[in-house]
Amino acid sequence: MAFIQNVPFFSIILSMISGIFSSALKRKAARSVTIVLSAVVLAMNIMLTVFMLQTGESYTYMMGHYPAPFGNEIRAGLLESVMASVFALILLMSLLGGLNKIDEQIQEQKQNLYFIMADLMLASLLALVYTNDLFTAYVFIEINTIAAAALIMSRQNGHCLAAATRYMIMNLLASGLLLMGITMLYGITGHLLMSNIRESVANLFATGEYHTSLTVVVVLITVALCIKSALFPFQEWLPDAYGYSTPSSAAMLSSLISKSYIFLLIKIFYRVIGMEVVVSTGMTNILFLFGIIGMILGSVSAIRERDIRRMVAFSSVAQIGYIYMGLGLGTREGVIAAIFHMIIHAAAKSMLFLSASGLIDVSGDIKQFRPLRGSGYRHKAAGAAFTVGALSMVGVPLFGGFLSKVYFASSALDFGGIRAVIVLAALAVSTLLNTMYFLHTVISIYRPATQEVPAYNAPSKLSSAALWVMAAVNVALGTLSVPLYQAIARGLDMFS
Amino acid sequence: MAKLFAEHLYETVSIILFGIGFTTLLLNRNLIKKIIGLNIMDTAIYLFLASMGYIEGRVAPIVVNNVTDTSAYINPVPSGLVLTGIVVSVSVTALMLALTVRLYRRYGTLDIDRIFVLAKGDEE
Repeated sequence: MAFIQNVPFFSIILSMISGIFSSALKRKAARSVTIVLSAVVLAMNIMLTVFMLQTGESYTYMMGHYPAPFGNEIRAGLLESVMASVFALILLMSLLGGLNKIDEQIQEQKQNLYFIMADLMLASLLALVYTNDLFTAYVFIEINTIAAAALIMSRQNGHCLAAATRYMIMNLLASGLLLMGITMLYGITGHLLMSNIRESVANLFATGEYHTSLTVVVVLITVALCIKSALFPFQEWLPDAYGYSTPSSAAMLSSLISKSYIFLLIKIFYRVIGMEVVVSTGMTNILFLFGIIGMILGSVSAIRERDIRRMVAFSSVAQIGYIYMGLGLGTREGVIAAIFHMIIHAAAKSMLFLSASGLIDVSGDIKQFRPLRGSGYRHKAAGAAFTVGALSMVGVPLFGGFLSKVYFASSALDFGGIRAVIVLAALAVSTLLNTMYFLHTVISIYRPATQEVPAYNAPSKLSSAALWVMAAVNVALGTLSVPLYQAIARGLDMFS
Repeated sequence: MAKLFAEHLYETVSIILFGIGFTTLLLNRNLIKKIIGLNIMDTAIYLFLASMGYIEGRVAPIVVNNVTDTSAYINPVPSGLVLTGIVVSVSVTALMLALTVRLYRRYGTLDIDRIFVLAKGDEE
């Protein structure tokens, strides 16, 4: 066994240890620990990705030297290591880009707690990506939920407390459903390790036994993870949670936490229940339907919104709809397009939240569109980053969002029938709506200011640098996406 | 219906309790009652799990008198899951209670709809 194969375990345990030890550290030290940690995790996972590309085989990693079915397992493949690298990169950039706002908005003596939560969130993200055990996944989902609620309420105003409460209530309902689903699945199959459950479910599916129970399990688990990742009818908690929390938190919530739940859902579909079983229960049709509705209604809400950060938050609802639409096709190409869009959206949305807050900062802290005029000149990095993110989300060629739309459309055409027509129509309408609100904002930040600009502090150098890097990453994702697409495709084939 | 209660008493009861807890957590406007609902919901799942691991006529899996034959004991895995689940639900309950205290001190009410209305009018 090559030493590099220890990376999944090392990165999880390192994040947990950093979180625990940060509780004894002062805020500056805790901050450095978190930043170094995410950089180290990023480097290790990139090394693992290179290794996986060379060997091309996934492997399982036994925890605590107990063989299955008693022990706990970690499993690593190409897709897992790519997702872990993306998560670590985005966490690093969101923290660097939002450090000045964390300093400003969070009480000084509580700042080390913020970084502890970021560490624990990274640990749970990595565990969700790598674990091969369904119950471990449940426990880390709960850690993720607690960390996310703490990240929302770290900015101590009424909006954030209320948003955190709403977030917790929705997530606790979802956790209950998920635990019930896992319990029932354990009841029918007698296993908790994903690969063992997969075998039993395949047997049960072949004999037709427990068909109703399996359907109930699929519905419970899917609905739970849809609530947690804010698919359309469950998006009620999202705009406040993303719109009022500190920009780093908003970036992490939208780009990391909701994406980790979608990744886990894809993992459960492929590695626990089996895509053919899920398709036979009809759950993918429901995901497809709500994905399409979310795409349209999320954009409509974003158009009606006057506050730029809440507008970006509503756009998340629409983008999550895209991802579920791809997943709802139920084909290999559809799921690859969904994972690709997950990465593109994660990179773009974290940047949009950070740059929106940068633009607000140089415009006198008012969240209307008119005072934002000319802010693109006052804060060049934020202006450029917002433009790149907006172009990517609208789907202008050369940017990531364009390619994911192409992949969605081509996978729908492969699927054929009425569904292809629906996807193409929804893509067209949604692109039109995206253009309306995103390009309107981009144009207004580059128009000359019509009113006196209140005095503002010069934008922080660190966050400007982080925004430039993020913009570069987004452009790179758009132009060099073929290797990424191929890596996802290979990773997905390794999955089952 | 009667058959459900006769043959699967624990499972049926736990699903009913789950429904009660779930609807309380979802629909009740009082934050404290929501938390009670959360605990009822979680406990119902633990009952479901524990009843799944219990085998009639066997004892808890603690070795006494050197009986190592597995057929003497119940399945220990669900009990382990219940213990883990209890730890999780204690933590989320603590977090929810802390949030409730914060909100009550700020707005002087436990009614969640009222809190959202008041929070909307808050200065940022």
